Amino acid sequence: MPVIELSPWELALAAVMVLLLAATSYWARLGVGKSLLIGAARTVVQLSLIGLVLEALFAVGALIWVALLAIAMLLVAGREVVARQNRRLIRGWAFGIGTLSMFVSSFTVTVLTLTVIIGPDPWYRPQYAIPLLGMMLGNTMTGVSIGLDRLTDSVWRGRQVIEARLMLGQPWQEAIADMRRDAARSGLIPAINAMAAAGVVSLPGMMTGQILAGSPPSLAVKYQILVMFTITVGTGFGTLVAVLLASRRLFDQRERLRLDRISASSN
Amino acid sequence: MLRLTHFGVGNLRDLELTVQPGEILCLSGPSGSGKTRLLRAIADLDPHDGEVAFNGSRQNDLPAHQWRRRVMLVPAESQWWEERVGAHFPLDAREEWEALGFSDNPLSWHVSHLSTGEKQRLSLWRALARGPSALLLDEPTANLDSHSRYLTETWLQARIREHGWPVIWVAHDEAQIEGVADRHFAIVAEHLKEVPCRSSS
Repeated sequence: MPVIELSPWELALAAVMVLLLAATSYWARLGVGKSLLIGAARTVVQLSLIGLVLEALFAVGALIWVALLAIAMLLVAGREVVARQNRRLIRGWAFGIGTLSMFVSSFTVTVLTLTVIIGPDPWYRPQYAIPLLGMMLGNTMTGVSIGLDRLTDSVWRGRQVIEARLMLGQPWQEAIADMRRDAARSGLIPAINAMAAAGVVSLPGMMTGQILAGSPPSLAVKYQILVMFTITVGTGFGTLVAVLLASRRLFDQRERLRLDRISASSN
Repeated sequence: MLRLTHFGVGNLRDLELTVQPGEILCLSGPSGSGKTRLLRAIADLDPHDGEVAFNGSRQNDLPAHQWRRRVMLVPAESQWWEERVGAHFPLDAREEWEALGFSDNPLSWHVSHLSTGEKQRLSLWRALARGPSALLLDEPTANLDSHSRYLTETWLQARIREHGWPVIWVAHDEAQIEGVADRHFAIVAEHLKEVPCRSSS
């Protein structure tokens, strides 16, 4: 089945519907009309740009360009992790830990999936590598930022409990164990929930896109299962690494709680 | 023996202090003079200058948690993180609730039902149950009525003599200091000044 071409005029029709929503929200004084329009404009511009980049990248297909784009995506994700935290580790540690943990988990899982499971030729073929990595990073980013945000927030609130436990002679790992576990768990829950609801409540975006683009549903389902598993694995390990590193950073060599290493609340 | 040399934290400078085994050294001073901060620094919870050693082993020779397990700080306000009281105690905790004025074993109680005074007595017992070798007590009886204060003081003194712990005890109340102190120091500006007390003379 050939894919039905979308013309700019047809997209413009969809845009008119967004304008209608913006007009309605302006009329109802929701105060989101402006950000709605800006968001819509950003979608058009950003996706058009990445479309151009991908077209060029697919034409070249060299490992160096794939790697460069991957690194650029990673750095943007790292910035996003920092922006999504209310209290964060200062002096670049939030960015460093977030980026490192996403790199370790997303890149490892993506490369493993490409080389061992999907096996395109060459393994870094951008048609497979970039979308896969994008989905991994997008989800790992959510897990890592939720986990880190939860960790710094609960440590800030529970500093007296942590110090009381230190006073009783508990090692720092034991004094922060509960909060660490909570943070890791809350980072993992979105991925677990997504798996539980897949296909029943929601048709995942990737599968929908593949079916719309003409793939047989059975193949789309197989890819979706693969992607959900890898996303969960990537998110899980990424969150665990981030929470582990960040909680270590909250204590110094003498196992003192160092809240001066967290920034003040940003909202 | 707990020994401070050239010790400094906050506005306190160059403290030299030795607390003998079984000795209770009372520390007093206006609020904000740095008593709590000093205890926190001795327990290595805050950065500080100079050195502190217990029985010859210096603070930095031990991992911080081992130091704190030996030189144990009991703060003025206790914290509880488990649901039940007993979960905060080691399994082999000696049953001492009667001496602390409880008519029933409180280990099975819910933390949310404890009064401030009960929490304070239980936090002392909790610390002692961990088997420390020296104690830093920050106003250990501040929230207690006179009867449980008497019981707690008596119990603490008995344990301290029994185990020979060196103790730094922050107190406000003159009568209490008279009752428990072997020596008494007051914080004056940047230094500690010895105040004569009855039991030592």
